[in-house]
Amino acid sequence: MMASSYSAKDEDGHITVSGPGGGTLRNKKPENTAFKQQRLPAWQPILTAGTVLPAFFIIGLIFIPIGIGLYVTSNNIKEFEIDYTGDDTSSPCYNCAKNFSWNNTKSCTCTIPFQLDQPYESNVFMYYGLSNFYQNHRRYVKSRDDSQLNGNIDSLKKPSKECEPYASIDNKPIAPCGAIANSMFNDTLTLFYNDPNGTSVPIPLTSTGIAWWTDKHVKFRNPVGTNSNLTAVFQGTVKPVNWHRPVYELDTDPENNGFINEDFIVWMRTAALPTFRKLYRIIQKKNTMAPTLPRGNYTLVVDYNYPVRSFEGRKRMILSTISWMGGKNPFLGIAYITVGSVCFFLGVVLLVIHHKYGNRNNSANISN
Amino acid sequence: MDFSLLRNIISRYCVGEEIWVDSRTVYIGHKEPPPGAEAYIPQRYPDNRIVSSKYTFWNFIPKNLFEQFRRIANFYFLVIFLVQLIIDTPTSPVTSGLPLFFVITVTAIKQGYEDWLRHKADCSINECPVDVVQQGKVVRTQSHKLRVGDIVVVKEDETFPCDLILLSSSRSDGTCYVTTTSLDGESSHKTYYAIPDTMAFRTEQEVDLLHATIECEQPQPDLYKFVGRINIYKDKEEPVARPLGAENLLLRGATLKNTQHIYAVAVYTGMETKMALNYQSKSQKRSAVEKSMNAFLIVYLCILISKAVINTVLKYAWQWSPDRDEPWYNHRTEHERQRHVVIRAFTDFLAFMVLFNYIIPVSMYVTVEMQKFLGSYFISWDEEMFDEELGEGAQVNTSDLNEELGQVEYVFTDKTGTLTENNMEFIECCVDGNVYIPHAICNGQILSAASSIDMIDSSPGGYRREYEDLFFRALCLCHTVQVKEEETVDGIKRGIHQGRPTSFYISSSPDEVALVEGMKRLGYTYLRLKDNYMEILNKDDEIERFELLHVLNFDSVRRRMSVIVKSSSGKISSNTGLFIGCSSCSWLYGYLFCVLPGDYLLFCKGADSSIFPRVVSGKVEQVKARVEQNAVEGLRTLCVAYRRLSQSEYQEACHHLMEAKLALQDREQRLAQAYDIIERDFVLLGATAVEDRLQEKAADTIESLHKAGMKVWVLTGDKMETAAATCYASKLFRRTTQILELTKKRTEEQSLHDVLFELNRTVLRQRSISGLSVDCLDFGLIIDGATLSAVLKPNQEGAGHGNYREIFLEICRNCSAVLCCRMAPLQKAQIVKLIKASKEHPITLAIGDGANDVSMILEAHVGIGIMGKEGRQAARNSDYAIPKFKHLKKMLLVHGHYYYIRIAELVQYFFYKNVCFIFPQFLYQFFCGFSQQPLYDTAYLTLYNISFTSLPILLYSLVEQHVSMDTLKREPSLYRDIAKNSLLRWPVFLYWTCLGVFDAVVFFFGAYFLFDNTTFTSNGQMFGNWTFGTLIFTVLVFTVTLKLALDTHHWTWINHFVIWGSLLFYVIFSLLWGGIIWPFLNYQRMYYVFMQMLSSGPAWLSIILLITVSLLPDVIKKVLCRAMCPTATERAQSTRPCLTVEPSTIFMLSQSSSRMSF
Repeated sequence: MMASSYSAKDEDGHITVSGPGGGTLRNKKPENTAFKQQRLPAWQPILTAGTVLPAFFIIGLIFIPIGIGLYVTSNNIKEFEIDYTGDDTSSPCYNCAKNFSWNNTKSCTCTIPFQLDQPYESNVFMYYGLSNFYQNHRRYVKSRDDSQLNGNIDSLKKPSKECEPYASIDNKPIAPCGAIANSMFNDTLTLFYNDPNGTSVPIPLTSTGIAWWTDKHVKFRNPVGTNSNLTAVFQGTVKPVNWHRPVYELDTDPENNGFINEDFIVWMRTAALPTFRKLYRIIQKKNTMAPTLPRGNYTLVVDYNYPVRSFEGRKRMILSTISWMGGKNPFLGIAYITVGSVCFFLGVVLLVIHHKYGNRNNSANISN
Repeated sequence: MDFSLLRNIISRYCVGEEIWVDSRTVYIGHKEPPPGAEAYIPQRYPDNRIVSSKYTFWNFIPKNLFEQFRRIANFYFLVIFLVQLIIDTPTSPVTSGLPLFFVITVTAIKQGYEDWLRHKADCSINECPVDVVQQGKVVRTQSHKLRVGDIVVVKEDETFPCDLILLSSSRSDGTCYVTTTSLDGESSHKTYYAIPDTMAFRTEQEVDLLHATIECEQPQPDLYKFVGRINIYKDKEEPVARPLGAENLLLRGATLKNTQHIYAVAVYTGMETKMALNYQSKSQKRSAVEKSMNAFLIVYLCILISKAVINTVLKYAWQWSPDRDEPWYNHRTEHERQRHVVIRAFTDFLAFMVLFNYIIPVSMYVTVEMQKFLGSYFISWDEEMFDEELGEGAQVNTSDLNEELGQVEYVFTDKTGTLTENNMEFIECCVDGNVYIPHAICNGQILSAASSIDMIDSSPGGYRREYEDLFFRALCLCHTVQVKEEETVDGIKRGIHQGRPTSFYISSSPDEVALVEGMKRLGYTYLRLKDNYMEILNKDDEIERFELLHVLNFDSVRRRMSVIVKSSSGKISSNTGLFIGCSSCSWLYGYLFCVLPGDYLLFCKGADSSIFPRVVSGKVEQVKARVEQNAVEGLRTLCVAYRRLSQSEYQEACHHLMEAKLALQDREQRLAQAYDIIERDFVLLGATAVEDRLQEKAADTIESLHKAGMKVWVLTGDKMETAAATCYASKLFRRTTQILELTKKRTEEQSLHDVLFELNRTVLRQRSISGLSVDCLDFGLIIDGATLSAVLKPNQEGAGHGNYREIFLEICRNCSAVLCCRMAPLQKAQIVKLIKASKEHPITLAIGDGANDVSMILEAHVGIGIMGKEGRQAARNSDYAIPKFKHLKKMLLVHGHYYYIRIAELVQYFFYKNVCFIFPQFLYQFFCGFSQQPLYDTAYLTLYNISFTSLPILLYSLVEQHVSMDTLKREPSLYRDIAKNSLLRWPVFLYWTCLGVFDAVVFFFGAYFLFDNTTFTSNGQMFGNWTFGTLIFTVLVFTVTLKLALDTHHWTWINHFVIWGSLLFYVIFSLLWGGIIWPFLNYQRMYYVFMQMLSSGPAWLSIILLITVSLLPDVIKKVLCRAMCPTATERAQSTRPCLTVEPSTIFMLSQSSSRMSF
């Protein structure tokens, strides 16, 4: 009965649409379309204990194994961290830290011995870590000129005013300008393996592949001048105040010099939090048999150039292996296990509730 | 109303002080009055240009911007934007400028387009040709060149170019017919009259010779009111003054019908026409949701300010040490360093404000507006609310109140035309105690004594016959019914005579039509009004003519109308038919009831209460008994009385009337006084009974409203018995209802004080006895207008007796139904106001169909007009108009319910999603040295509210149906679940806000612990702060959208499209945004950030984890609430699959049709 009347009205609606010159009364009749009558076919899910129960169990069953997997992976990652800030009198770098002055042309070197208890099997990633260093301070974050770093000649000669007060010295533009570039981390870290036989073997450190590929190849570009000589291109600019060397002398390798120096690129990616680490070098695994870093004694030699004591910062050197999930971070695994367990537990609770109240509701409905 | 007054005053001042007088003088044809008559004051009037457009080409931008920034929200965003421009802000001005610009531009374009349309319409109106009489010739000119005083020729089917005074028409009787469809929607033809002195003009030359002035009031917007006077100068004699009323004034916008042409003179032109004065919109009503929204906004503003203050204070505490403030790696510029610390702190405060300003979203206003505007279409699209008979569906006059339809607690309804059909049928008449019932079949045959139960004196013949005749004549004469004619004049007589449908009666009052038609069936046919003579075809097929001298129009205060006629032999060949009984009647009755030619007769009909006190003789008792019995049966009764006027009495009456009519000021009042003097010393003739049938499904609707927890009050001008019968029939009162009476009759016996206290005691006692089961006995209150005004009168005796008002309200609160009878229109509004102002501040709805309901429709929170037979006034002034009372059920229970839950979710969700959005930024300040570093990229900040999360909620708020329509209709009690703004109360708001804060904390610290001093790529590379923000933002967008998905109960393809579509859009946008080096940007911080993040496994895992954790509490809360203490709505949702026919459905079908059901 209803259906037939609806279909009849449907026809009416179509007539109305097709006949534009129809009478005014007919036109006023609303069209009987599912949308206009709010009768669109719809899926109407309801969140009840019954429907949510399986979801909880499934989430529990999926999350707990993932969590365990993550946790185990994270635990298998080997990480070694050493603080070489040198604010402690016993620290080898104490003198360097204490006597630091920006005017020192010659860098102070300190040597820190350390011991690895376990062999590091795969590639080892060497990080430097800074604490209490606000790379995410707004004034700091914006103090850069991306178009200068992208090789724009105009920006090279006339840096953006965002770079102030690190934009120019005596009307000469700074390249690279800005507070970020100016404060680039310039400690030099080198590692030596102390062979049991007494010799100190330097460990080869790879300095490429530490920056994002896209940064290195697209976002950062050296300005292209009339000649390919970087020194000539950067003619007319001055080095940042706190740098020892101009930007075109960062590395001897032309593919890693100037703005596309990977240490520089890494530094330019500002960290999210005041305590952060940045990839410094990679220790490539040489042969499949021997571990990259065998257990034993090592020496870290630091060219101490970077002052952190003034703002109570700390400097660390970190050696870490990497898994598919990155560095050592038990948080994710624990979180997964916790959430999975909570879901599972809630599933059980809901099951009880569902049994207890579900029946009551049904009976209530019947009585109504 | 205040506005129009103000506008009038302003416009008057603008025109110039010298003409600021209460009346204006119009010189017809711009001819000066003869010297000595009065001073010729040339007056300046606006030309006939209609300017409905608001803007001109030049002032559009400044004026439109000014209008838009007057809105407090827009202004707030403008301030934020300006602050961003001025100070060094964390986010670029684009982030708030772009949305604001978008909103402003869209609004400006919309308004500009509308204004352009208005310009076009104005142009076409202003340039349409008009014929004007100049120097005895018809000259064609353009409409906007018309001036006050021009004589205009209007032809059939043309629209009047301005407000005109009719001088003469092509019809010999000086009338013309007009439809005012475009003005008030009434399609019936109305008759307008020319003044007798000018109606004879036939040609332009004649008209041009007219030498007269018109004095009339200054323009005012009331369409149905006009007061004026025409002075006609003839040959240097004293001018002849004639009154002018609304019946002489042809309004701009109306159309001439059934008349070849008319001559008329322009009195109001251009923007001063009544149509133009009616352009202005009504006062704005604000819904409860809007009010709570504003309250929430204030809370959020406080949160915003306190956040900014906290951060500013902490910032300065933290950077107290200079090494923190300015470490070597991060110096200030010299310029910044020199700034005073107070200025710096203030700038920082502003910067924090700017950073957190997104917590009050621009887009919420836009979305709410769009939701309301688009959503209101569902009402007008609703097929179930379409009435085939009228050919019209529901009509939305304002979309601001959609959600208020779901909040109604009190329904005030008119009776006639609203609960009832207003389709009158003549049932019976009672003449001198004898009852006559006409039957449609016996056309033209009088059926006396069809029911002789009440006959007291059954002696046939004698004066009875004359008595009857007079009664029928009275009904045939005492009305304002017009005969709608067909083309040929010959056809009319025949048409009416033979009862063919070629002609029919039209009147503004359906009662009158019913009476005249009833008379036709009893043998007396009203033919027409011709040359001021009313023609009646009596039962002997003879035409009787009466000269219509005066009509004392009906008004709702007097509740009666009268005519004064002079009987004349006219062209009737013999008087036998009319005076057949005269010779045989006794001398007394012969004098009383015979109509002799030349007699002046005053016929009056009206409500019994207004007639009986004025009656001096007649069988009052019998008639009264019959009237009361009829009233109990729910019939509308009218009493008919007459008075024979002597020549001198007539002259006196004439004098009174003329004096009142000529008055330019207080005319209404003086007319009322004159009527009061004339209408007295009646002889009662009898009474009539007219049935007004109950509207289809009225009872079912009222029952549903009751079940939905609404209190239904019937406010009517009718008398108590009639109204009570209707209430019983419409199930407002049930058999179990205990009726409490608070009427004049009772208060006469006891003092009002005692009655009130007694009733109050009854109510309270009952409540305490019945305890929990309140339903078993409910109360109905009947109160009449007189008592009500006594109750509402401020108590002079001081606080000793307490306030009656409070007691009255207390009684009303305990009554499920209240009937207020004998109400004047203003009292209706008073009642609504009283309830509105009572301490619970309930939401009221008024529904009515007639002009007498307009005041209450305007007063109530929601006003609903019924497109009834009593014209369009109610529908025009209402917020929503529906064809029938039964549509109210769907309007409230379905549409209102939906709109409410939709907008409630919309508002709560908007605040929620912005808390989720902004709170992580707040937390981030603790980790970035309170430096106002934004967490998200500019593009994300800008687009979050505009595109990533806007459409799902908008579409949700348009199509969500948490319960199916049929369930809502079947179970009106679900309406109680959303009563009292339940979804927008503070605890709910708090829940949403807490949920938002929780989610924000989860997002932020989830990402924080993940990022904490570790790497999470498989190549050992590190992520920066933008990846951190993007990770949080991704989790945020997904969580917020999925939260809405969890709330959606009605997944149509639209919801799927919009929800998954906007998530997809976010991903695609992010890929694109980070995919290229954007040449026009001076920073490339987002370059490849999103892609790099997606390339990392732990990022994926943490996104999934964080979304799950954020959604978990809400799901648990929902499930637990549903399991532990389900609301009725939730129960209805779970029982949805089993759609069985429930008893209520069957009950719905059984309709009580019309009669009483005691």
